[in-house]
Amino acid sequence: MAVTPHHETSRGRSSQPFWTMARRDSLAGFLFIAPQLIGIVIFVLIPLALVFWYSLHEWNVLANTFTYTGAQNYRMVIEDTNLREVLGATAIFSVGLVVLNMSLALLLAVLLNQKLAGIAVFRTLFFSPVVVSLVAWTIVWGFLLQKNGGINGMLQVFGIEGPNWLREETTAMISVIVVQVFKNVGLNMILFLAALQGVPNELYEAARIDGAPAFKQFRRITLPLISPTILLTSIITIVGSLQVFAQIAILTQGGPGLSTTVLVYYLYQQAFQFHFFGYGSTLSILLFVIVAVLTFAQWQLRKRIVFYES
Amino acid sequence: MAYHRTWKSAVAAMAIALPLGWSGIAQAQEAVNLRMTIWSANEAHLKLFNEIAAGFKKDHPDVSVTYESLPFDTYTTALTTQIAGGNAPDMAWIFETSAYDFVKSGALYPLTDTLNAAKGYNLDEVSPGATERWSQDGKLYAYPFSTSPFAMFVNNDLIKAAGAKTPAEMIAAGEWTWENAIAAASAVGKTGKGGLIVRDFNYQNWQYLTSVWNGWGASPWSEDGKTCSMAEKPMADAVSFIHDAIFAKKAMPGPGENVDFFAGNAAMTITQISRASLLPKDKPFAWDLVPLPKGPAGEYALIGQAGIGVMQSGKHVETAAQFVAYMTNPENSAKLSQFFPSARKSLLNAEVLEKTNPLLSREQIEKVVISGIATGKVMPGHTGFAQIQQTVRSNLDAVWRPEADVPGTLQKICGQLGPLLRR
Repeated sequence: MAVTPHHETSRGRSSQPFWTMARRDSLAGFLFIAPQLIGIVIFVLIPLALVFWYSLHEWNVLANTFTYTGAQNYRMVIEDTNLREVLGATAIFSVGLVVLNMSLALLLAVLLNQKLAGIAVFRTLFFSPVVVSLVAWTIVWGFLLQKNGGINGMLQVFGIEGPNWLREETTAMISVIVVQVFKNVGLNMILFLAALQGVPNELYEAARIDGAPAFKQFRRITLPLISPTILLTSIITIVGSLQVFAQIAILTQGGPGLSTTVLVYYLYQQAFQFHFFGYGSTLSILLFVIVAVLTFAQWQLRKRIVFYES
Repeated sequence: MAYHRTWKSAVAAMAIALPLGWSGIAQAQEAVNLRMTIWSANEAHLKLFNEIAAGFKKDHPDVSVTYESLPFDTYTTALTTQIAGGNAPDMAWIFETSAYDFVKSGALYPLTDTLNAAKGYNLDEVSPGATERWSQDGKLYAYPFSTSPFAMFVNNDLIKAAGAKTPAEMIAAGEWTWENAIAAASAVGKTGKGGLIVRDFNYQNWQYLTSVWNGWGASPWSEDGKTCSMAEKPMADAVSFIHDAIFAKKAMPGPGENVDFFAGNAAMTITQISRASLLPKDKPFAWDLVPLPKGPAGEYALIGQAGIGVMQSGKHVETAAQFVAYMTNPENSAKLSQFFPSARKSLLNAEVLEKTNPLLSREQIEKVVISGIATGKVMPGHTGFAQIQQTVRSNLDAVWRPEADVPGTLQKICGQLGPLLRR
C-alpha cells in the first residue's frame, strides 16, 4: 500500500511534457503549410464567401449604397434574356477548345514521341507559346487577324480572299478558340508525352507479335494506359476554358453581337463596366456551380473510362 | 535536434507574422497627400499638372498632389474599381459620357461654394451650356476643364493626288457638304489609301459617330433622355449614309481595317483639335484643319468635354475642392488651354488661343475652335451609359456588314434600349 503514493508521484513526474515529438512535428508541419493555407483563406475562401454575400445585395459603387435584396439577383439570372446567348457562346467555346486542344496535343505528343535527331528542338518549339505572356501573344494575334492583317496577306499570295476574322460571328469564335489552343496546347502535349513514355514497350512488342496493326495498338494499348492523364488534362482544360477572359477582352470585346461574350467576360461587364456588382457576383456563383458540377461529373466518370489507376 | 526544430518553427512563425503586423504599425502622417486619376500619360501634360501642384504647395505647404495615369480605354472601369475597393482617389477626371452617372449618384462633392469663395475665380464667365451636364439642382459637381471641338483634319497631298477638290477649296466654293466630303474620301480610297476615318470609333465606340449623324439632326435618344430615337428617319438616313460610304463607296476604312491618318495613310479624320500634337514632325504632309461638313440638317458642331470632380468618399474633400479651384482658376485655365480648351469667355478669343495653339492658324482657330465651342452640342451621355453603350454596340455590329438591314437593326436597338433609357 505504501508503494501506491510513490508510484503515483513517479507517474506524475514522468508524464510526458506538452511538446511531445509528435506535437512538435505536427506544429512544424502546420507552420510549413501556413503560408499556402493563409493565402488560400485570404485570397480564395474569404472572397468566395464575400461573393456569395454580395450576390444577395444590390451594390451601387458610385452612390455607395449596399442594399439587401435577397434572391432578386438570382431571379435576374433566370430572366436575363442575354444570358442564354452568353451560355451558348461559353459552351461552344469550351467544347471547341477542349476537343481541338486535346486532340491536337495528343497528335503532337504521338508524333514527338520518337527517337529522332533534333526531336528536342521540335518539343521546345511547340511548348514555347506556353511561357509567352498571354496578353502579348493575344495582341500579336490580334494584328494578324485584322482584315488587312498578316493572315489575310498570306492568303492573298495564294489568291484567296480571307474573311474578316474577328468581325464575323463564326470566324470570330473560331479565331479566339484557335488562338487559345495554340497558346496552351504545348502544356497538354508535354503531359501526354510523359504519359506515352510511361507505357511499357513490351506491350507493343507482344501486340506486334500477335499481328495487331498500329491503329489497334494505339486504341487498345496506348489510350487505356494514358487515360489517367487524359482525365487530368481534360479537367484542367475544361476548367481553364470556362475562365477565358483576356483573349476575348483583347480580340473581340465579346462581339460581333454577343457571339463571343463568354460567361466570365459577361460578368466582368456587369460588375466592372455597368457597376452591377451584386449581379456580377451572382453570375460568378453560377460559374462556380458550373465548374464544380462539370469537375464532379468527370471525377465520377473516371471509374468507367479510366482504365488504370495506381 | 529538438532545439533546432523549435528555432526553425519560431523563425517560420516570425516570417509569417511580421509582414502581417507591419501594416498596423504604419504611422499616420500629418501631411495631406491628394491623388488625382487622369487618362493622360502625356509628358507635356504631366509637366504642366506638376507645375500647378507646385504652385498650390506654395500657399499650402503641407499639401502634395500626385497624378495617377490610368489607361484611356478602361479609365472609368478602373476608376470605379478603385472606388469599389475602398481606394477612391481624392479627385478624378470624368468623361462627358459618364458625367450623368457620377453627378446623379452623389459620388461627387459639390464645388460651387468653394469655387465662388476662391479669389478671382469668376465662375460666372463659364457658359451655362458647358456646365449643364456637370450640375444638379443648381450646384456644380465637376468642373468642365476641357471643352474641345471635333473638327476634320485633312491630308491635302493625298486628296490632290487623287484628283479631288480639297476641303478648303470646297469651303471657298460653298460646297463643303457630307456628300462632297465622302466623294473626295472615296476618290482617295480608290487609290489604295484610307478615305475618311472617324477616330476612336473603331466599330466599337459608336458615340463618336455623333460627329457625323448630328449633320442629319439625328440623336440616339430624345432631349429628356427617356425615349429611343435610333429608329427615327434622321438616324436611319445618317446610318444608311455611313453604311454606303463604308461598303459601296469605300470612302471609310471597313471593320477590322487599321489605317492611321496621322501616319499619312488617310485623306481625312474627325477628331478633337488636341490631336494636332500627333501630326508628324519628320516628313510632314500638307495638312489642314476644317470645320465638320454641312449635313442635310445644316451646319453643326460637336464638342467633347472632360470634368474634374472631387470624390465624396475622400478623406480631404475640402482641401481637394480647394485644389480644383486653384487648378482651374483663370490663370491656370489659360495654361491648361494649350491642351484642353477652356469654356471661360475671357479665354475664348483668337489672341489667347493663338498663343496656346501654335500649330493652328488664326483662321483655323476662329472657324473651328471658337465657333465650335460657341455653337457645339456636347457628345451624348446618359445615366447607366456603359450598359447603354454596350447594348447599342452589340446590336450595331449587324449594321457593319455589306448586306445589312439598317432600318430593321435600328428598330431592334430601340426595342432593347427603351427599357434602359426609362429606368
